[in-house]
Amino acid sequence: MIKLTVNNKSYEVDAPPDMPLLWVIRDKLRLTGTKYGCGAAQCGACTVHLNGDAVRSCITPVARADGHEIITIEGISEDVTGKRLQNAWIEEDVPQCGYCQSGQIMAAAVLLRAKARPTDNDIDLGMAGNICRCGTYQRIRKAIHRAAEMK
Amino acid sequence: MQNINNHFGIKKVLYLILTLGFLTAVSQPFNNSRKNTPDEIKTLVAAKSEINPPRVISGETEENKKREKESAQAFIKAYRVFMHPRCMNCHPVGDAPLQGDDSHIHAQNVTRGPDGKGLYAMKCSNCHQPQHVPGENMPPGHALWHLPPANRKMVFEGKSPAQLAAHFKDNNFTGFKDFKKEMLHHVEHEPLVLNSWTYGTPPPLSHEEFVAAVKEWIDKGAVIPK
Repeated sequence: MIKLTVNNKSYEVDAPPDMPLLWVIRDKLRLTGTKYGCGAAQCGACTVHLNGDAVRSCITPVARADGHEIITIEGISEDVTGKRLQNAWIEEDVPQCGYCQSGQIMAAAVLLRAKARPTDNDIDLGMAGNICRCGTYQRIRKAIHRAAEMK
Repeated sequence: MQNINNHFGIKKVLYLILTLGFLTAVSQPFNNSRKNTPDEIKTLVAAKSEINPPRVISGETEENKKREKESAQAFIKAYRVFMHPRCMNCHPVGDAPLQGDDSHIHAQNVTRGPDGKGLYAMKCSNCHQPQHVPGENMPPGHALWHLPPANRKMVFEGKSPAQLAAHFKDNNFTGFKDFKKEMLHHVEHEPLVLNSWTYGTPPPLSHEEFVAAVKEWIDKGAVIPK
């Protein structure tokens, strides 16, 4: 049995240790805000936080998360940075189809925690791994700057 | 009256210039410490040698020349491993790791970061798991996946055999304290080195052959190949 803390709730999951964390989150825990985009760590839609660090849950074996803390998009609003990002996302009307946006916000949260006032170059370095088929990149960048300036 | 005054003024200036010019020509600089000529140096060294005669190092014997040649050749052999993508890709000249057998720049704008472990949501271990992810185009893994840190980049990319050999012997490059011991220990036991033989296209020597080549290079004098 795998023991996980997800969004500050404890779960015991019956899953093989090599099952991708994404499958456990979506299929076993029914937290479907995190998306499957490519299954190969190449799009970022599956980004969640493992002990505060971004991980690509589509290739992370659940064994790596056993006994550790996970935060998904459903839980990010509990965090002050996450809440600011969500508000900025709404204010800037960022999503189009929305599929990539969970991953975008999770990646942006890691960026803002490490650098409260990121430059455009920091945004390039921190967000280039999250791709958006609808091309909302300019609004994502604007929303990150906006969230950084929020009190 | 005015003319005489002007005439007298111009003369003054002219004499001043000439005087300054003369003084500049004949003056000596303050730091003109007389340096020894090459001949004087040879005499001094010879004199010192008589007091402390050097041990005879048979630099020119046939045996020694052979040993030096073998040492250099052993390094050339090992060089092919050092410059193979499985090693060189994480010893790039820039701040992005390289990827694949063609050593293209790693996708997704991944960068070194100050500690070599990546930045923000693009840290190495965010995608590279403690073990290899099975399947084509999936990321290989190791718990210690990272680049050298920004303050000690240990660049292999673009280096000739002579440059790389010299670098390995330079403790500023490697961070070693004891080159002979630590160099061999590193190629033999360092986890990331061993890991490089476990995924993708392997280096051109087996790990054992590679370690033997490095050992031979060091044991026969760690000669810098030409």
